[in-house]
Amino acid sequence: MRQVAIYGKGGIGKSTTTQNLTAGLGEMGKNIMIVGCDPKADSTRLILGGLAQKTVLDTLREEGEDIDLELIMKRGFADIRCVESGGPEPGVGCAGRGIITSINLLEQLGAYTDDLDYVFYDVLGDVVCGGFAMPIREGKAQEIYIVASGEMMALYAANNISKGIQKYASTGGVRLGGIICNSRKVDGEAELVAAFAKELGSQMIHFVPRDNMVQRAEINKKTVIDYDPTANQADEYRALAQKIDGNDMFVIPKPMKQERLEELLMEHGILDI
Amino acid sequence: MLDYTKKETYDRNALRVNPAKTCQPVGAMYAALGVHGCMPHSHGSQGCCAFHRMFLTRHFKDPAMASSSSFTEGASVFGGGSNLKTSAKNLFDIYNPKIIAVHTTCLSETIGDDLNALIQGIDIPEGKYMVHTNTPSYKGSHITGFSNMTASFIQYLSKASGKTNRKVAILPGFVNPGDMREMKRIASVMQIPYTMLPDTSGVMDSPMTGKFELYPKGGTKVEEIKSLGDCELTLAFGKITSEMPAETLYKKCNVPFKILPLPIGIGRTDEYIMALQSLTKAEVPYELEEERGQLVDILIDIHPYTYNKKVAIFGDPDTVLSLAEFVLEMGMVPKYLVTGTPGEYFQTAAEDLFLKFGMSGCKAKASGDLYELHQWIKEEGVDLLIGGTHGKYIARAEDIPFVRAGFPIIDRYIHSYLPLVGYKGGMRLAELITGALMDRMDRDSAEEDFEMVM
Repeated sequence: MRQVAIYGKGGIGKSTTTQNLTAGLGEMGKNIMIVGCDPKADSTRLILGGLAQKTVLDTLREEGEDIDLELIMKRGFADIRCVESGGPEPGVGCAGRGIITSINLLEQLGAYTDDLDYVFYDVLGDVVCGGFAMPIREGKAQEIYIVASGEMMALYAANNISKGIQKYASTGGVRLGGIICNSRKVDGEAELVAAFAKELGSQMIHFVPRDNMVQRAEINKKTVIDYDPTANQADEYRALAQKIDGNDMFVIPKPMKQERLEELLMEHGILDI
Repeated sequence: MLDYTKKETYDRNALRVNPAKTCQPVGAMYAALGVHGCMPHSHGSQGCCAFHRMFLTRHFKDPAMASSSSFTEGASVFGGGSNLKTSAKNLFDIYNPKIIAVHTTCLSETIGDDLNALIQGIDIPEGKYMVHTNTPSYKGSHITGFSNMTASFIQYLSKASGKTNRKVAILPGFVNPGDMREMKRIASVMQIPYTMLPDTSGVMDSPMTGKFELYPKGGTKVEEIKSLGDCELTLAFGKITSEMPAETLYKKCNVPFKILPLPIGIGRTDEYIMALQSLTKAEVPYELEEERGQLVDILIDIHPYTYNKKVAIFGDPDTVLSLAEFVLEMGMVPKYLVTGTPGEYFQTAAEDLFLKFGMSGCKAKASGDLYELHQWIKEEGVDLLIGGTHGKYIARAEDIPFVRAGFPIIDRYIHSYLPLVGYKGGMRLAELITGALMDRMDRDSAEEDFEMVM
């Protein structure tokens, strides 16, 4: 079983990429579980066809501690198992603790069955506290992919996340598998992100071009592969799935100093725009 | 004090009034004290540690030593990593324990401190050990904490060398040192070599020697925990308390386990002895048969005073279930059973017990509290209340005889030195119960009915 965590700046398209990617892997016949670690609970919407999945924490709140796995795990496209950890309402409580609670509960309920090929953790934004690092500690997720674009802030965030990975790499054994570039149509984007990934000691595993098809599929509460299997974008996600399935480059990232990061951006001329 | 408790019950989800449980770390600390040369360490702010130590000291009337990571506001924001590092250094330098057993608190759990990674980053001196367990109190109870700490000792230390040591691993459950001594005595009489984990006898009931010992003589030795992996069988007492550590030993070292109820009363002590006997295949020594016969004799003698008396029992789940079976053996009716520890198993096991003895109209509740128990008693009264000290307010308000058994008992002495388990423990319990019932008869009887001989 490969356990994969997807990190990245807020709004970069982690959930969209994760779901389209898992749809690709699902199409290849893999057994997959997605664990949404975002209090917004929107990590599985496309796989489940918009069916609002009741979150683990809501279920705990309403049903008490003795709950069945079926209550919190639903199957969607390509039989992908979906769990949303959920969280407290904005402004109160501790979302990090929520993630610890739901991952522990999943283990307890036996959600991690041997027939699973992949478990994907879709993690909120940046690594902010111990709770959000939960998927990469204690040997849960072994590989991480960071979703980024050629935009400055996305790369800042990716660099920051690499610091988090470096911290846990020595104890938990977690490794960076690569950067997924989710294009924002920035000039020289592919080159910049590839250079950035190389500087980290990693790779840009795939360049996902910007395509309105993704938007259209999302409005229809579907992944691209589900909505229009013949679309070019569907092939892009299939390619990404292939590359991740065959990936063997796992490294401890070497995060950059702020100055070096800015230099890199200069080199590729972003700051001119 | 509880005069205002109303008879009418109503639905309560969030609120517990006088809960029948306490914090996870209390159990973790108690388990850690049952390891020789161990310093329990509370990873949180000082108040937690002070409360947990006090709680144990009040019950055992012996000091419970433990240290704290002393979280401040800074540690709450930045995590407790550096506090733990400094703690470990100071502890090994100044107090020289063989092993430090860290348990977390609600604060460090909510911060999300990754103890596993933190401990790996600490420079532990040669021949010394540091283990940890997670004990968030917003989950489970002190029983869960005890179970977690015991499992963590095994997870960190136990190893299978591939060669059996011909011993039985005994996980005693959350019981007093007096109980542990009795369980060990029975194993010795049966001539079975064993390792008990944890073993607080000789620690929390240590003798006055005139000299203060930071680490008293008792407790399971680290080497013994290591070789638990070579045991032939684990006897795990109390499903709720001991199943998890037994499973951990099975998963890690492939030691098969057998879950037994706490050996309180005749039937459940029989089960313990038969489990030992199935290993030796030898005849059960007369010494034990004699004790059993004595207990049977006693139960027959006291039968007129115990038969059909209604009892309410509260406390820790495994203890309450075993006490309930014993009062059933005495011909009494376990009208109400309450534990504060959550978990569906308690209710199922209680229902099975009622069925086995053909009882109807008895109630059992997990995650319950003493307020609700009091309401039940107001609805339909009982003749006897059994449980820890917190029951004394109900006993007083309702004028019911009260027998103290279980945890915590903080208003009486000596109880932790004596067993409830085994036939000997059965005799003691039978004496306590009949004593309470007959004292009440004496108190309430009219002048002309006041009997010399009973």
